Amino acid sequence: MSGIPMDRAAYEAEERAATNRLGMWTFLATEVMFFGGMFVAYVLYRSSYPDAFAVGSRTMELGCGTANTAVLLVSSFFMALGDRAARKGDRGALRGCLVLVALLGMAFLAIKGYEYASKVDEGLIPGRGFRYPGPPQLPLFMTLYFAMTGLHALHMILGVCAVAWLLWRSSPRRHQSVPVEPVAIVGLYWHFVDCIWIFLYPLFYLIGR
Amino acid sequence: MNTLPPLAAPPRAEPDYLRRDRSLRSWLCTHDHKRIGVLFLFTLTGFFLLGAIAAAGMRYALLSPQGNLVVSDLYNRLFTMHGVIMIWFFLVPSIPTVFGNFILPMAIGAPDVAFPRLNLASWYVFLAGGVLVLTAIGAGGVDTGWTFYTPYSSTYANGYVMLMASGVFVTGFSSIFTGLNFIVTVHRRRAPGMTWFRLPLFVWAIYATSIILVLATPVLAITLFLMALERGFGVGVFDPRIGGDPLLFQHLFWFYSHPAVYIMILPGMGVVSELLTCFSRKPIFGYRVMAFAILAIAGLGFLVWGHHMFVSSESLYAGLVFSLLSFLVSVPSAIKVFSWTATLHRGSIRLQAPMLYGLGFVALFTIGGLTGVALATLPLDVHLHGTYFVVAHFHYIMVGGMLMAYMGALHYWWPKMTGRLYHDWLARISALTIFLGFNLTFFPQFVLGYLGMPRRYAIYPPEFHTLNVLSTAGASVLGVGYLLPLFYLSWSFFRGRPAGPNPWGATGLEWRTASPPPKDNFEETPVVTEGPYAYRPEEAAP
Amino acid sequence: MSTPAAFLALEQASTVAGKVDLIGGTLLAVSLVVVAGLLAVNLYFIVRYRRGSPAPRPPLQISPGKLEAAWTTGTTLVFLGFFFWGAQLFVRMERPPPGATTIDVAARQWMWDFRQPNGRREFDTLHVPVGVPVRLRMTSEDVIHSFYAPSLRVKQDVVPGKTVSLWFQVTKAGTFTLFCSEFCGSKHAAMVGQIVAEPADRYAAWLAAGNPGSIARRGPALFVRYGCAGCHSPGGSVRAPPLERVYGSEVPVAGGGFVHADEAYLTDSILLPEKVVVAGYQPLMPSFQGVIPPGDLVELVAYLKTLGSASPPPARP
Ligand code: HEA
Ligand code: HEA
Ligand code: HEC
Ligand code: CUA
Ligand SMILES: [Cu+2]
Repeated sequence: MSGIPMDRAAYEAEERAATNRLGMWTFLATEVMFFGGMFVAYVLYRSSYPDAFAVGSRTMELGCGTANTAVLLVSSFFMALGDRAARKGDRGALRGCLVLVALLGMAFLAIKGYEYASKVDEGLIPGRGFRYPGPPQLPLFMTLYFAMTGLHALHMILGVCAVAWLLWRSSPRRHQSVPVEPVAIVGLYWHFVDCIWIFLYPLFYLIGR
Repeated sequence: MNTLPPLAAPPRAEPDYLRRDRSLRSWLCTHDHKRIGVLFLFTLTGFFLLGAIAAAGMRYALLSPQGNLVVSDLYNRLFTMHGVIMIWFFLVPSIPTVFGNFILPMAIGAPDVAFPRLNLASWYVFLAGGVLVLTAIGAGGVDTGWTFYTPYSSTYANGYVMLMASGVFVTGFSSIFTGLNFIVTVHRRRAPGMTWFRLPLFVWAIYATSIILVLATPVLAITLFLMALERGFGVGVFDPRIGGDPLLFQHLFWFYSHPAVYIMILPGMGVVSELLTCFSRKPIFGYRVMAFAILAIAGLGFLVWGHHMFVSSESLYAGLVFSLLSFLVSVPSAIKVFSWTATLHRGSIRLQAPMLYGLGFVALFTIGGLTGVALATLPLDVHLHGTYFVVAHFHYIMVGGMLMAYMGALHYWWPKMTGRLYHDWLARISALTIFLGFNLTFFPQFVLGYLGMPRRYAIYPPEFHTLNVLSTAGASVLGVGYLLPLFYLSWSFFRGRPAGPNPWGATGLEWRTASPPPKDNFEETPVVTEGPYAYRPEEAAP
Repeated sequence: MSTPAAFLALEQASTVAGKVDLIGGTLLAVSLVVVAGLLAVNLYFIVRYRRGSPAPRPPLQISPGKLEAAWTTGTTLVFLGFFFWGAQLFVRMERPPPGATTIDVAARQWMWDFRQPNGRREFDTLHVPVGVPVRLRMTSEDVIHSFYAPSLRVKQDVVPGKTVSLWFQVTKAGTFTLFCSEFCGSKHAAMVGQIVAEPADRYAAWLAAGNPGSIARRGPALFVRYGCAGCHSPGGSVRAPPLERVYGSEVPVAGGGFVHADEAYLTDSILLPEKVVVAGYQPLMPSFQGVIPPGDLVELVAYLKTLGSASPPPARP
């Protein structure tokens, strides 16, 4: 321990916080491997069937993808602002940021939902209903698209729930203190999910153009 | 039996963890790592018995070379059930969830793991996965083998593949929770003075295992998820009809499953280091090298998965590289075997039951490991892949090695967990029965494999008959060996003599508190001033 | 299965069998020495240093580091030795020698379907000549199977969607068991066959006796049935390259360069047409992956080969 005197409660809180953060980082390592398996599949098939993947990429709605990227980046920005606000003890700013983050998260999901719906209309759902004319390996691309963005969306839903929980946690009626550590932990998760999208976006939307 | 005076026998004000609150609710909602360990002990015993019943069924079917389609179909379901249960519902969680939970926090001087609630969640998730798998088996079973190779599993198999795979998927989260918990616990919860190089090797082993659990399990999850997509909705990424590659499934599967075999051996190596030092009253030979060997196995273990695919049509160069790496990953194991032997040198050895299990581990693991080296030798694997030689190889390591270590751990820490001693001679007899029965069961399988008997065959050519009968005979002996402890340990739980805090005169921190320990493990946090194995053989000799 | 397999020895019936057994035997011997040595040392320690024995227990004289270095390097060297020995044999086992007789194999639940070079077809029994390298070109129509002949010490998984190959040279006449050694369903254990090895002249006679005729016999019909003719015949709906004299030629590739048109190229052109696109043509050809079963594919390719070749096909490894 350093020479600075610290009272026991503060020491324990700091200890607890470090433990939680390490826990979150370890969890994120798990997540990396989780998505990693699918990225490997993507890379492998893309190198075998570059043309089918290019065709697949051209079926993507570039506008939606780009909009979603922007939405997520802005949401991450507000998450970071929220984190700062929490550290300063500024409850109002924190809650404002969290509301924005949650709304942006939902906007992301709405846009994604719209995209999925239009894929259904175009007959791009792999399986028996696949109607889209194109190379025979196109369903491979679409399966990976749905699996990877679907799991990402699932993470987004969990993230929105976590942010909603933070809002509840930071409500002035419930707790005296502003939650600092929980915000940091959820923030880590949120940024991570954002990062995954930063990889998904070019891989699915941009490669064939 | 007591050899050393207990290091400390604090007068207990508080009742121990078993007696604090006896209600069922207090068990099902407990956050106490010790109780969670005990919950796992019961659950795993149940699953082991199920897996063993399937094994008994298989060995019975193999008594005669003939068979018909009914027998075949049942047999195929039996070995799948056996493999799935034994791997994911017994051996992967075995030592980590039972003894990792019970002992690890005490061994580093902590009152509990870092995330006690997550720890309980891990048990419930495990149960949920177990229920799914049992439903799949009850509904009619699955016949893919534990490896779920596509496209058989995704398109051709009949049976409840989805249900089975989701069971394994769910259980994976239990592994991840437990692994995450141990990693953070070891980093953050060590007692004052417990530096990294004062950690007992058991803790090192669980720590390395946890890293593998956290990094490899998600890959299995995603692989099974993709396989299930293909089966459920006909939209697979492994389907050769749309250009998918069945080999990709194998790569992903073994990327998990090879590290998983080290999940299934490292904890055993940790336990054996505790046993050999305690019962020969010697510090471990080459502590640091032993610790680094554990880390080396865990790390290199991620790079050798392709040795399961030498004849799968992976490229020649992949084969060469994976073979070379498989040889290299064996070197740290060899270091461990030699160091265990050197530990006995000039010790003061006593062959109590846990020690017998420990020595049995060293012997059988060595044989299993050396046959692993044979499989890593490319031309030999071409001949031996998919035969009983492989079956014998992994049973030597997993049953002869890890299960021995598990039994050793159970006998070693039983007095700590229950506060009671068991009948030592009965325990020694059962250890010997297991050792003999085991060799009788699985040694003939090496020969069968070299003669070319393929695995997963319910019907086989008559020239393999004799050796199969021998193997089944061995399994009966083995079965008796496993049933015996069930009786004398139960007896000991109710009637055994009180053990006292430290019946073996061991040096680990877990022995410095009462048996059974109080809820928070220690009356006051221990302070560590020396390495883990401060044994002195001269003193022990009377 | 009529071979009276000895109780503990498996016959060596191929050129590699003896070499494989030699590595196996040496490794077994080394392992036995190691296990016996460890056992002896352990037992000695257990007896001599049993609790209460009067044996002196002074501290160790030699430094632990030296011991560790010794056994680490020792083990590593022995292991590397086995690796290199195995690797060089494996490389030889993987590369078929030139001039091997090629037999096509289609595996399906639960049978082996063999096509001899002259088109003679047989199920679950494979006739091969003694003393001649034989190459099997295998594919599966459903799940993964594995071709395993213990007496020949060869094995190869047969994977759907791929053409894999395996070669061996039988050294003595006889009948040898053939197993499927990759789990493939209810009758996996019944997917057993036999390899009948005969002296080359008897094999040739056997070959000639059975339905002679070319493997390419059904080619023209298939060429029409699968709609190839619609594009590749003169006056087809799409501008597609004529296929006469393609086999064995150097085909110019869109984007520059040439590719040698061997069998693999023909197969790929049909299954993965977009992989190599002929210069001057649009990538319009659909993939026939999953459309043409492997058996027909073999015949179709054989037919394409009969359409004349640019040069006598070189023996390619
Ligand atoms: C706990 C489980 C476990 C462990 C620890 C291991 C350890 C090893 N395994 Fe094993 N293995 C399995 C479980 C395990 N395996 C299973 C379940 C399968 C089959 C899966 C399936 O298909 O269903 C399998 C299959 C398997 C294969 C594929 C076989 C095939 O299907 O074709 C191979 C091939 O290389 C292999 C190799 C090895 C090696 C090199 C080690 C090494 O780590 C061993 C290292 C140990 C030693 C080497 C012993 C100690 C050494 C000495 C005492 C030194 C001796 C000194 C000299 C020789 C000088 N294993
Ligand atoms: C990880 C742990 C583990 C454990 C502990 C065991 C324990 C045993 N296993 Fe298993 N085994 C596997 C993991 C394990 N196995 C795996 C992963 C596979 C591959 C599956 C696949 O191919 O997908 C396999 C496959 C496998 C096969 C090959 C099946 C095949 O390929 O056709 C056989 C055959 O003998 C076998 C036997 C046994 C036996 C006899 C035991 C014994 O140790 C069990 C001891 C218990 C008993 C014998 C039962 C109790 C006794 C009685 C009730 C008395 C009466 C007994 C008789 C009449 C015999 N196992
Ligand atoms: C829709 C029209 C179409 C059909 C149907 C078609 N092909 Fe083609 N094929 C083409 C075109 C266009 C090319 C040239 C572009 C390329 O290489 O992909 C070609 C190229 C080839 C080549 C390579 C020729 C060379 O000169 O190297 C082969 C071999 C071939 N086709 C065989 C077949 C066979 C066999 C079938 C039937 C099973 C078939 N094709 C059906 C349009 C077709
Ligand atoms: Cu075909 Cu097993
Ligand atoms: Cu392995």
